[in-house]
Formats: sequence, structure tokens, C-alpha cells
Amino acid sequence: MAKSALLGSSLAKKYWMALTGLFLSIFLVVHLAGNLVLLGGQAMAEDFNAYAEFMTTFPLIKIASYLLYASILFHAIDGILLTIQNRKARPVKYHYENPSANSGWASRNMAFLGTVMLLFIVGHMATFWWRMKFGEMPIDAVGQKDLYTVVATYFTTASTAWLHVLLYVVAMIAIGFHLWHGFQSAFQTMGVNHPKYTPVIKKVGYVFSVVIPALFAVIPIYMFITQ
Amino acid sequence: MKLDANIPSGSLGQKWSSHKSSIRLVSPANKRNIDVVVVGTGLAGSSAAASLAEMGYNVKAFCFQDSPRRAHSIAAQGGINAAKNYQNDGDSVYRLFYDTIKGGDYRSREANVYRLAEVSANIIDQCVAQGVPFARDYGGLLDNRSFGGVQVSRTFYAKGQTGQQLLLGAYSALNRQISKGNVKMYNRHEMMDVVVEGGKARGIIARNLTTGEIERHGAHAVLLCTGGYGNVFFLSTNAMGSNGSAAWKAHRRGAMFANPCFTQIHPTCIPQSGEYQSKLTLMSESLRNDGRIWVPKDKKDAEAIREGKLKPTDLPEEKRDYYLERRYPAFGNLVPRDVASRAAKERCDEGFGVNATGQAVYLDFSSAIERYGKTEANQLGITNPSKEKIIELGEKVVASKYGNLFEMYDKIKDVNPYKSPMMIYPAVHYTMGGLWVDYNLMTNVPGMYALGEANFSDHGANRLGASALMQGLADGYFVAPYTVGDYLADEIRTGAIDTNSEAFEKAEADVVERIDNLINSNGTRSVDSFHRALGKIMWDKCGMARNAEGLKEAMTEIKALREEFWKDVKVPGRKDMYNPELDKAGRVADFLELGELMCLDALTREESCGGHFREEYQTEEGEAMRDDENFAFVSCWKYNDEPSKAELVKEELTFENVELKTRSYK
Amino acid sequence: MNLTLKVWRQNGPDDKGHMEIYPVKDINPDMSFLEMMDVLNEELISEGKDPIAFDHDCREGICGMCSMFINGEPHGPERRTTTCQLHMRSFKDGDTIVVEPWRSAAFPVIKDLAVDRAAFDRIQQAGGYVSVNTSGNTIDANAIPVPKQNADKAFNAATCIGCGACVAACKNSSAMLFVSAKVSQYALLPQGKVEAKERVRKMVNQMDLEGFGNCTNTGACEAECPVGISLENIARMNREYLSASLSSAE
Repeated sequence: MAKSALLGSSLAKKYWMALTGLFLSIFLVVHLAGNLVLLGGQAMAEDFNAYAEFMTTFPLIKIASYLLYASILFHAIDGILLTIQNRKARPVKYHYENPSANSGWASRNMAFLGTVMLLFIVGHMATFWWRMKFGEMPIDAVGQKDLYTVVATYFTTASTAWLHVLLYVVAMIAIGFHLWHGFQSAFQTMGVNHPKYTPVIKKVGYVFSVVIPALFAVIPIYMFITQ
Repeated sequence: MKLDANIPSGSLGQKWSSHKSSIRLVSPANKRNIDVVVVGTGLAGSSAAASLAEMGYNVKAFCFQDSPRRAHSIAAQGGINAAKNYQNDGDSVYRLFYDTIKGGDYRSREANVYRLAEVSANIIDQCVAQGVPFARDYGGLLDNRSFGGVQVSRTFYAKGQTGQQLLLGAYSALNRQISKGNVKMYNRHEMMDVVVEGGKARGIIARNLTTGEIERHGAHAVLLCTGGYGNVFFLSTNAMGSNGSAAWKAHRRGAMFANPCFTQIHPTCIPQSGEYQSKLTLMSESLRNDGRIWVPKDKKDAEAIREGKLKPTDLPEEKRDYYLERRYPAFGNLVPRDVASRAAKERCDEGFGVNATGQAVYLDFSSAIERYGKTEANQLGITNPSKEKIIELGEKVVASKYGNLFEMYDKIKDVNPYKSPMMIYPAVHYTMGGLWVDYNLMTNVPGMYALGEANFSDHGANRLGASALMQGLADGYFVAPYTVGDYLADEIRTGAIDTNSEAFEKAEADVVERIDNLINSNGTRSVDSFHRALGKIMWDKCGMARNAEGLKEAMTEIKALREEFWKDVKVPGRKDMYNPELDKAGRVADFLELGELMCLDALTREESCGGHFREEYQTEEGEAMRDDENFAFVSCWKYNDEPSKAELVKEELTFENVELKTRSYK
Repeated sequence: MNLTLKVWRQNGPDDKGHMEIYPVKDINPDMSFLEMMDVLNEELISEGKDPIAFDHDCREGICGMCSMFINGEPHGPERRTTTCQLHMRSFKDGDTIVVEPWRSAAFPVIKDLAVDRAAFDRIQQAGGYVSVNTSGNTIDANAIPVPKQNADKAFNAATCIGCGACVAACKNSSAMLFVSAKVSQYALLPQGKVEAKERVRKMVNQMDLEGFGNCTNTGACEAECPVGISLENIARMNREYLSASLSSAE
């Protein structure tokens, strides 16, 4: 399925971008909900660990997570294919361009922002996901894998903790910009454009793209400051 | 030589339908073996090419622009007339016919005009079926407006872009046939000559404008849908590329040129602002419904305005001369185009002009703004509104009617027309003259047809507003596709045209020689400098008002200019690649001949009618004096070595259905 | 006004091309941009140099032929304005103005600033029409009422002048605005509905074949469009294509 859709028309490729993008946005909310538990500190460490355990073992969630991995890959590969095609469509570049006169920065840099995010996701998964699944984990008081301690160490006591926080925040900024354009753009691509509702969708998108990454970013900053 | 217009017998209303049913047909199997060349892809060309291809002929269509959609029909603003009587205001085919004949000052052919009125309703049906988005009312039905001072509302429109929408409709029909392979489209190709062999049109020589290649295209019929020649004046509302070359080449190959001096000069154009100016922009005629035209009463005031010392808004009411209202109290600012244009010229010639160049008059909306403002205030129930409030409300009303035109004016002149009166001046807009055609739209060269503005047939000495689009589409969709078949019925045994014949060889050699002469001329003056000089002669001596002396001078001057051109023109670049200067040079060379013929025609037409005003033939009040006794004919010119030696052949006009009357607007 | 022009010169499709600098003097602010180019060309001709080739025709903003990328934007800095309607008063004395052709793989340069936009014609030929013969024997025009709102929307889409500024402005050289304008015009009218699905499939397919890029919804096309064709049309085409793809047997 993936192959034929990717080889399909330019519009089909865009539909997939939009659908996977929106799906990933929903995932962000779920992920954030879990992460916010971290703000409870050591007191809620066991709750966080229980949540992490649930997320990695419950069958339905597992299926969803494979869908998620596929989406990330799909979104990235599709994006790369589109970008290659776009580059080919203008082999000779302009000598001088003034694009800020007609379009927003984020909308013109989706591929760049996406690349930043992809690099982050790789690092992020290596640090937490891989270790949770396949690495050695400390065990908490009730015998769960103690992801809380791993996270806390990473952002507070590790020698390069400040760098971890900084990279995390940069990545969240990238996500914010990517969503700033991507959220409403996905609706336009799916054909949703209405004089009444589009302004609302845009506003929701802007709020979403600021609030969600900001809340993500607050967690390591908070942990770092209150260590 | 005698010209036969081949008008079918029978009563006026029966002519077309009986002719159509008695016309010979070509069987589908034979159509496949017949080639038709269509030159030009405006309304007439696109619609003809699409229709003929749909009928089964092999069509080749040519346009010099980069796409058929660029043809200058696209720029028509106002609308298209059709005798639909949707408004139930008493319109009919006869009324449209009558208005057109009368508007043309009785210098057009009754039968042709009647047919035009007859098929006008089909045009609207056809265009709507094609998805042309005409303006509609809230009931979802088509809207109409009135136009050009006629007494009914019969003009269909699509905002101020009717020409664009109609052309894109014809273009879509053309595209459908191109995609089916029935039309082969040649963009960026210019017709360089018509090939006439054995007395019949047998094809064309074309030049690929991107590569400079010369091509031969054989055909059993050649349709010239190449528009008018208004650019002979250099400055006109035509597109920069609009040219008279195809018609002129046809003329040189034997086709008669009819009424070349009939030129329409549109009164409401944005005036020239400097020597560098390349073209003039039309402001829709509808502006005269609400604008009042004036110049200062006192020459000193006019001078002060020209020098920028005085603003028009500072001039009090009593120091203004609303000359149209003064001269023509019955029609006022709504007199026909030719009358309004001449009156503006008269004032400016007398030294009352208001532009820095002295060639402009004011079109003032302040009274309209005030009037509408008061009405609006009444409707809103505002008692004792302030002057500011009235003006604010009035401006809104005016904006809703003419907003896009005011915006356009502001963009070009950088003057806000709500606050300061517009400046306008007449400009060349349309040419009623063109290739002579018979009832079948065939020129006197068998197999060669002329459609749309390229022919002379329907508008007489003056064209009514919103009638050009009607004629282009009528000719292309509904007339030529039938009548061409009548001629082609004899061509089914001819077989493919041999493009290696002597006639093709000779025509191509002529074309190549001429291009070589241009590119190798090594002179000192640019093509545009000659074009400007020609334009000035034409405008001064064969423009809005003409006299024998001036016309004779013009002919001598044009001849001299032409000789100078061939000696001293400088065409840069190469002939074997894209070279717009070379293309232009060829067109200007033709204008330098056509201009002279126009003067000759104007000189021999010793009367004033429609767009042709001879100063010697006017009443004491300065109104046109038509001479039906001696000049109720079409002047058809036969080429004879050079323009001044052209031979005049008359096609007498007989009027069996209308009575000839003098137009009066007093 | 005295200005410095930096103009793209390319002597034919196979030439590599380069920017060249030309000083222009005594320019009247009331001149249109193309008239300024005329002045420069007259000068080049008198100096025995090759004038700059550019496309233009009606010079009143409707034919869609003029096509210059001026100071980093198609048709220059003014909104809702074609190159021919751009006037020199939009610039300041002493300005340097950069002029380039539309750049897109689908619009190869013919010479200097003139490009070949035949790709647009081919997209229209792929399906930009209603399949009706030109017999004139169609039903009466008023037999098909069209709600005014739809008629107006169809008209707005139909005002596209086909200049290609959308492609030139788009960072991806996408032709979506152009194609969607035609698709929308017919999709909004009952006359065009019959073959709407077939049409959108064919036109999009042709668009892809021509080598245009993809739509990233940056909105640059809408901002630069001289007649203000709306992004709404692109959404409509996305919808039309989606429904055509879902319903097609293929």
C-alpha cells in the first residue's frame, strides 16, 4: 500500500503527508499527557513508571505504536520524496528572491524543520525508548522499570544535562514552527477550506503549535531548575 | 471588376435559414481529407477552428502569441449583445439589426447585419453551455445591462471582463479539439504570406517566432481571423502585438480591402502622459453614464492647470465649460462615441486641454457623488446630512458601480478619481474596415475567408458598444463553419495541397528575401521610431477629423517615411532565433503601406459618416454631413503595385428594410 | 529617476545565462515598468547591442503574457498588479532593480526574460473544457439557473489570466493555483459537473507530467497572483481529486 501511494500523484502524496501529520499531532497530545506526570516529581515517579509500562505492554497501544512508527517513517520518506521533486521543479535558482513578501518562514522551511525533528526523534528514542525496551533499567520500589529515574538523571544530574535540556528545547521550537504551518496546511490539503471554519482551524493550529511544544519544553526545564 | 456579395434571395428574415439549408455539405469521409488553416485565435479564430475541427476537417491554427488565450479579444470589457429579450423590454432580432445598421451610420450590408442579430441569441446559449460564467441575478438567471445608448437591456456581461470569459470559453472549445488531435495548434507562429495558386487560396507561409524557421502549410481554405489594424496609429488601445499584416498580405495577394478609413476612436481613454508611452488604456464607456465632461471656460485657467498652478477642484462651477451638455442638450454626455471624441478634440485644439500635453479633458464625478450621496442619505433616513457625510455615502455608491475602473485609473495615473476629476482623451480603439467579404465571409479570393474584426462586414462606419464580441463569435461559431463547407464541396477531389509547387516556392522566397532585407538593413533608426512617426502622421491627418489637404500631405509623408524605413531601419539580432524586434519590423513595414491606403480611402470618401469625419463636409454647427446620394457604397480597394495606386471598386449598398435617417443628438 | 537594472540575459534555451548590469537614466515615474524596459531597449539598439527579449502584449493587465520576476517577486512589489501595470513610481531614485524570468523546469527560457508556458496550454487541453459541441443547438441559456453565489465564485476562479506568477512565486514551482482555478470554475457550475471527476484526474495527471512541484500551502501564489485567485480553489481541487480518486474504478 505504502509503495503505490508514494508513487502516486502529487496530490496523493500530499494527502498522506496531511493524514500522517494529523495523526502524529494526536500522538503528541497523548505523549504530552504522560509526560506531564513528570512535573509531579519524585512523589509521582511510580505513577509515571506505571504509565510507561502500560504504554509499552498493552496490546492495543502496541498496535497504535507500530502505526505511529510507520507514520513517522512515512511522513519523513514522503516528505523527502516531495522535496526531491520540488527541487527538480526549479533547476535554476533565482538570483535574488524576496519570499518573506509573500509567505511565512515556517511554511517555506517544513523540510528543514522536519529534518531537525527527525534527528531529535532518533536521539530521543535511543535515549529513552531503546533503553526502556531493550536496555538495562533500574527498578522502582514496586518493581516497575524506573523510567522516571532515567529521565531525571538525563535532565538533571548527568554532566551534560544542560545540553540535553537545551537540545530538547530547540527540538520543541522546531516542532512548534512545523506545527504552526503544518496543522492548518493539513486541512487545506485534505480540501477543508471554508470562509467560516478555516479561520477557526488556523487559530486552533496556532494555539496547538505554541502550547503543546511549550508544555513539552517546560518539563525538562522545570526538572533542571528544581533539581 | 464587379464584386458579388452573394446575398441570398428571399425576405430579410428568411435569407440565412434558407441559405443554410440549401448550402452544400461535405461528407464526413471527405472532411477528413480536407485541410483548413485558421490564422489568429481570438474570438473568431478560436471559435472557427474549434467548430471546423468538430465537424471533421483537419485544422491547423496559428497565433503569434505564446498561447491562443492571449489574443486581444481578451481585453474587451463591457459585454456582448444578444437579442434574447430576457428583460422583456421589447427587444427583438429586428431591433438589434436596426440599432446596428443605424449605429453604423448606414454603411453596412443589411443581410449580414440581420444574420448577426439572428444568431446572437445562439451565442449566449452556446457560451453558457460551455461554462462561461456570465453575471447572474439572485434568481440564478442571466443578468443584462444597457450599453451604448440603445433603448433596451440586451448586453450580457461578466463584470468588466466579458472578453476574457468569452475568449477562454472559445479557447476551451479549441483545447478540446486539440486534445482530440483535430486541431494542430501553432503557438508563436506568424503568418508571413498567403499562397494563392490558380486563383485560389492554397495555404500560408508561416514563421516560427522562436526559431525563425519558415514553414509551408497547405490548405484547401484559409481563414484569416487576425483582428484589426488600429496599431497603425502607434498609440491605440490594441495590444502591442496586434497588427494588420495578415490582412495586408492577403490584400497584396489580391483580396480587396474594404473601407480602410473607418476607424473607431473611443472617447474615454486615459490620456498620453509622455513621449515614451507605448499604448493607451480604455476606460469603459459606462463611465459616461455618471461622469460629466468639461474643460475650463477660460483659456488662462486651462494654461494654469497645464502648468500645475491650478487644481481642477479649485475652479468654480461657473468657470467650467460642460461642452457636451452645451452642444448636445438632448443627449449631453451620452452622445455616441464618434461625436464625443470629436468634441473633445475640438476643445483641445482650441487650447482648452488640461493635461500637461494639452490633450485631455476632465471626466468629473463630483456631481454624481453628491447626487448619489443625497439619495443614499435619504434612504438611510439621515436628516440634514453634512457635506462630508454626503460625499462619503456618494463615493461608496460610485465605487460599487465603477470601483475597478477607478482603481485602474489610480494605478496608472496615481491620481484619486474620487477626489479629483479623471482626465480622458479619445484613442483609437477598433477598425470597422477590413478585408472585403461576401455573405459567406469569403474574400474575393476563393478559399480565403476573413472573420471578426479582420473583415469589414457588419459595423459600417461606426460600431456599437458590445457588438464586437458578438460578431467575432457569430462568424466563428455559426457562420463560417457552414459557409466554408459550401466552397469546400468542390475541393473533395483536390487531394492534399502540394507545398512544393511554384506558388509556394515563390511565396517562401519572397518572405525570406524580405526578412533578409530587414535584418541586413544596417540602418540607424529603431523600428519603434518609424512606428511613432507613422502614428503621428495618421493621428494628425487621418484621425478624428480629416481634410483633403491633410490627407494628401499624409500620403506623401507616409510614402517618404516608408522609403526611409527600408533605407535606414535598424533591426538588431538574428533571424534564426527569438527576435521580437524583427517581428515588429515586418509588421511596421506593412502598416507603412496600409496607412497610405487608409488616407487614400479617407480622401475619396467625400462625406462625413460614423467614425469618418471630413472637415469639408459638416453642417454649420459642426455636425457630420452624410451623403447617401453619392456615397452609400463600400469602398473596396484592389492592390496595384503600391498603396496610392490602388484601384477603387464600389459595392453599392441597397437598403430595402430600413429608411436612411440623419443621426441627431441635439 | 536614475536606476540600476540587473537583468538576466540568456541567449537562447541552451545558453547558460548570466546577470548583466545596465544603468538607466531619466526615467519618468509615470512610466510603466515595460515602458522603462522599452527605453532601455531603444538605447541598447542604438548602441548596436542586443535588446532584452521579454513577453508582453495587451499592457493592460489582462492577457497574461508579461512575466518578469522583479526584485524577488513575480510582477514586482505591488499587489494585484501585473508587470505591465507596475509603474516606476513604485521605485525610488537610485534603486537597483533585479529582473529575472519565471524560473521553473516546466517553463524553459526561450531568450532572456521570455519563457515557454506551453505546459499551461497542455494542462488545459487535458481537460479544461466542457464537452459540448459548438452547434448552437444547446438548450436556452436560462434553462440552467445557477445560484448567484456559485456563479460569482466560478467567475472569480475563471478570471485567472494564466500568466504563471503562481508557479514563479512558489518555492516548489507548483502550478496548483492555476490548475485549481480551472477545475473550480467547472466544478462550481452544473454544466461542468458531469465530467468533473474525469477532468480533475486528467488535469492533475498532466500537471505532474509537466514537472511542476508540489503544493506546500505557503500561500505565496495567492499573495502574488495579479488577479487574486484564492487558495480556496486549491482546497476545492484537493477535494475534487480526493473524491475522484476514491470513487474511481481505476
